Amino acid sequence: MTARHTLSTRQLSAGYGDTSILNGIDITIPTGQITSIIGANACGKSTLLRTMSRLLTPHQGQVLLDGRSIHKMATKDLAQLLGLLPQSPIAPEGITVGDLVSRGRHPYHKLFSQWSSTDDVAITSALKATNTAELIDRDVDELSGGQRQRVWIAMALAQETDILLLDEPTTYLDVAHQIEILDLMVELNQDRGTTIILVLHDLNLAARYSDHLIAMKSGRVFDQGSPQHVMTEPTVHSVFGLNNKVISDPISKTPMVLPIGRYKQA
Amino acid sequence: MKFLCTYFSANRFPPMMLIGCSAVLLIIMCTLSISIGTRVVAWQDIINGLMGSVATMEEASVAMRLPRTLLALLAGSALGISGAIMQSVTRNPLADPGLLGVNIGASFFVVIGLVWFGLSQMSHYVWLAIFGAATTALFVHVISAIGHDGATPLKFALAGAATSIAISSFIMAVVLPRNDIAGSVQSWQIGGVGGATYGSITLILPFLLIGGLLSLTVARKLNTIALGDDVAMGLGESVTRIRIHAWLAAVLLAGATTAACGPIGFVGLVVPHLCRLLVGIDNRWLMTLSALCGANLLLAADVLGRILARPSELSVGIVTAFIGAPFFIWIVRRQKVKAL
Ligand SMILES: Nc1ncnc2c1ncn2[C@@H]1O[C@H](COP(=O)(O)OP(=O)(O)OP(=O)(O)O)[C@@H](O)[C@H]1O
Ligand SMILES: [Mg+2]
Repeated sequence: MTARHTLSTRQLSAGYGDTSILNGIDITIPTGQITSIIGANACGKSTLLRTMSRLLTPHQGQVLLDGRSIHKMATKDLAQLLGLLPQSPIAPEGITVGDLVSRGRHPYHKLFSQWSSTDDVAITSALKATNTAELIDRDVDELSGGQRQRVWIAMALAQETDILLLDEPTTYLDVAHQIEILDLMVELNQDRGTTIILVLHDLNLAARYSDHLIAMKSGRVFDQGSPQHVMTEPTVHSVFGLNNKVISDPISKTPMVLPIGRYKQA
Repeated sequence: MKFLCTYFSANRFPPMMLIGCSAVLLIIMCTLSISIGTRVVAWQDIINGLMGSVATMEEASVAMRLPRTLLALLAGSALGISGAIMQSVTRNPLADPGLLGVNIGASFFVVIGLVWFGLSQMSHYVWLAIFGAATTALFVHVISAIGHDGATPLKFALAGAATSIAISSFIMAVVLPRNDIAGSVQSWQIGGVGGATYGSITLILPFLLIGGLLSLTVARKLNTIALGDDVAMGLGESVTRIRIHAWLAAVLLAGATTAACGPIGFVGLVVPHLCRLLVGIDNRWLMTLSALCGANLLLAADVLGRILARPSELSVGIVTAFIGAPFFIWIVRRQKVKAL
């Protein structure tokens, strides 16, 4: 993938029905990097991701891909450039892993176009990257939460988009699988140059794995920049309303947040 | 039954094999439908009858059975596809043109047209039936979407059932005071292919063709909707457009079928459900197989109706209801109406 595409928003407001959840969001996602969106529950992270991938129409402002409004682009063209894995997707009963992953190729097919070797290559590499090749004939219903999540990611990878948005891809995974998924994101980013946008709840992993952080609070961008810039004690306190201490992660030398509750302090 | 389910889901059969088998079965069914009837005929009569000869009573009855067989074939496949589409688009295993009230809605408009406006031509029936089917589908949609949890599978089926009952009694109320037409409405109302003529088939054929074409073009798109609206949109589809496209196809097929045969229940429920167990959930295979198996089921039900009630005959609508009702209970019990 040689083409590099840049995703940004201009004065974006969006929401459901008449209620605006997002207000005046102005962000530019760094091309070819990993960006994480952090923020408290219900602050609008999923809403932002859904608006940026055209699932929601903005009330005001625009989402721009290389300067063009994505809401004016042909949907299938956009789906070849920008992929989304929603928060907790639901697989239909009785679908096999192979079938699910191959549906990621949908944007590349016309009405009666034949399955091509390009499709096969994309699927094989998606299965390999997510370590799910041996699950191919299994029913998705029968998989563990972690396996299922990796299969969904494989579907998103099969779409072979330059930009990939994933809403909480590590939720429901044990710590080892969380790391595995995030390592996979890094590989994808390095090998294919994919621009990756994640919603993550684990602040320390977000700081460790991201090049760029966007901290949201009540539908607005509170702060954005490098993990060192964003992950500070005052910011975490304002965004999450949580007393905390930020130290340096001894493994990655990125900021590490230690939450301070009302109890259990030595 | 439990064994059957686990067996089916564990070993899905190759689609081409299933389609081949049902195609062969279809040829057998057509032959049976032409040769078996209240009147016993010999092979020679069948051949003569097929050639168009109506010299003897036997040959004539074979010639009569031809359009009937053709109609059963068309209606069965239309109902099979229509059911498959409705189940996919609503992600509801209980969706079916009969259960959702689409068929009875179609007949409602036909009856109204007949009784109040004196529209008794087949060409009127078709339009009335399709319009009635569409209106009812919309109506059931709207009432099942009331409430904060939206159109859940069970609410959808209940809304459809309630609508069906309401419409049925309304039809009764409209027809009862009219002795002159009560008989003809009633026999049509039961649902059958016995009265098939080439004329009626020709009239519904364009609608079936358009419906079939629309189904063919929506199959792959429905595969994305199965993954949820968000994923479907992420894959570049407009969910609303797919829904309209799919419902148009389903309503055309069910409406046109009802115009010619009256409301036939359960084919659209039973067939796609079993086919899904056999071939899996890819709508392209599912619809193809449902078309073939729907035709098979309706032909079988029609032949059965002729054998069971000799020297008279049972309408297919009655036979399919006998097969379908226990099946419906089985589905509900099996999956506790889990969403697809
Ligand atoms: N489909 C919807 N219809 C109406 N309101 C919605 C819908 N989805 C989300 N909301 C509301 O929008 C607000 C933001 O929700 P959103 O899902 O964007 O939050 P989030 O930051 O992703 O939260 P979480 O961390 O819990 O996933 C919430 O108040 C939520 O109730
Ligand atoms: Mg969310």
